[in-house]
Amino acid sequence: MHATTTEASLQQIRADVSRRKVLDQIFVMVGLLVMFSALLVLVILFLDLVQTGAPKLNWDFLTSFPSRKAERAGILSAWVGTSLIMLTTAAVTMPIGVAAAIYLEEYAPKNWLTAIIEINVTNLAGVPSIIYGLLALGLFVYQFNLGQSIATAGLTLSLLILPIVIVATREALRAVPRAIREAAYALGATRWEVTAHHVLPYSTGGILTGMIIGLSRAIGETAPLITIGALSFIAFLPESPFKGEFPFFSFAWLGEAFTAMPIQMFNWVSRPDPAFQVNAAAAGAILLGMTLLMNGIAIYVRYRFRKRINW
Amino acid sequence: MVEAGLLLAALVAVFTTLAIVYVLVVESLPFFRVVSLVDFLTDTMWIPLFAEPRYGIMPLVAGTLVTTLVALAVAIPAGTIIAIYLSEFAPYKLRETIKPALELLGAVPTVVYGYFALMIVTPFLQKLIPSLPGFNMLSAGLVIGIMIIPYVASVSEDAMRAVPNYMREGSYAMGATRFQTATRVVVPGALSGIAAAYILGISRAVGETMVVAIAAGLQPNLTWDPTQPAATITAFIVQVSLGDLPHDSIGYQSIFAAGLVLMLMTLVFNIAGFSLTRRFREAY
Repeated sequence: MHATTTEASLQQIRADVSRRKVLDQIFVMVGLLVMFSALLVLVILFLDLVQTGAPKLNWDFLTSFPSRKAERAGILSAWVGTSLIMLTTAAVTMPIGVAAAIYLEEYAPKNWLTAIIEINVTNLAGVPSIIYGLLALGLFVYQFNLGQSIATAGLTLSLLILPIVIVATREALRAVPRAIREAAYALGATRWEVTAHHVLPYSTGGILTGMIIGLSRAIGETAPLITIGALSFIAFLPESPFKGEFPFFSFAWLGEAFTAMPIQMFNWVSRPDPAFQVNAAAAGAILLGMTLLMNGIAIYVRYRFRKRINW
Repeated sequence: MVEAGLLLAALVAVFTTLAIVYVLVVESLPFFRVVSLVDFLTDTMWIPLFAEPRYGIMPLVAGTLVTTLVALAVAIPAGTIIAIYLSEFAPYKLRETIKPALELLGAVPTVVYGYFALMIVTPFLQKLIPSLPGFNMLSAGLVIGIMIIPYVASVSEDAMRAVPNYMREGSYAMGATRFQTATRVVVPGALSGIAAAYILGISRAVGETMVVAIAAGLQPNLTWDPTQPAATITAFIVQVSLGDLPHDSIGYQSIFAAGLVLMLMTLVFNIAGFSLTRRFREAY
């Protein structure tokens, strides 16, 4: 009598568990479905851009200036502008971002100033990009009189990605074990020597990854560039940074008006004429391709460096 | 010496914040000398560039809130499901492959997402809702939602993974299944982190610019109906910036006033998020 009750309730529990386990399986399917639908969006988007833009994805598109005629328009001034802006952004962000991260990670005492800096870095990462555009318009364009130039654009995007680079660099520095630092100190190295000779070289991979991720964010930013007054119709190139005679380079291009890939694409996408949508798609395919490529490189660099270093 | 230089670099972050506040306040002061704060907050029309201008921020705020709500309706369920799946169910290898792929969704340039909303999502929605206009907040909001899925998913997942394993083991020992453990032990335990993830998503959606500027139309329109076209705060700033306004015109100053409102909205969400996070914080 007693044995059968136990048997019965055991069976009931088993039935109950297996019923609840069905929920597990349903959730796994729902999870996979949601995840792959999200990824599918990316694939559809890229394929559509390539397919729609296919007629324009050729050499002429890269070597032509924008034009009122959709079939003759190209992205020469746009990609040259984007390249020069990225150059400026990288040159400004790299030293400031890495220096700030070194300060916070290796030097900063635990006090109110450090706390304020850390709060600011976190909060800046959440500020909408268009606000950076307004900041640049008020500060760089009108107060510093840099005008609507490549320099302004580069500085603006640099401020925008600074939090990303600082956070990534700090993570990379933090990944270097304490033992390395202590060994160097034990041999009489100063704090700066420890940082410059040991910590920095070992964290190059992580720093590079952060820098590439930051630049891949900057390359697609449109709103702040519109706010500071990027033009969409530029039928000339800025002065070349390379010169035939001494000193072989020039910075005149920093002060010139500019357009950029995302600006060009926005201009085309907002025209009612469907012929321009082909251009927009082609520009979008190239822009998306570049972003995905940069992210791919970042993932690869991280993977390589992680594999090479065994603490 | 070296230390002073490094400190200076770190202080750039502080200077940036101060400069943002300074520029927004100083540049919008002349605007508020012309427009009274009461009109600004209560007028139902935003037509600053007309001959008889009216400066009610309400339509822009409404547009911003509608697109944000649509975006959250996509991103919160999808992001949370993905986070639970990756943290509690997915095998290690799948998780390590899928996470970087998902991050790519957040890396796509926003102008490309704008194209996606206007040229692919809207025509598709028009097949379902034939009366849908070519510019509408629905498709813009849906696309912003897809865009912020990775932010919501990855921060929530980090929070769930921070829940210690002995809590899961305790739950399993009581005969709970994975799904029960996930929804009744892990999610409540990670609630503060999940709230932070949602707040991050909201900030992104509120500040998103290009998708709405391209796909939602640029007409300020006081409506709560997502199938209508309307401008957001950000779209208005873009629209004015595309023209060539003189520095001392009220149109120029109005974008700083709009920017100030945007900044305050983000700030409110962040403060709300911060206090929520504190309230739900679990100590292990």
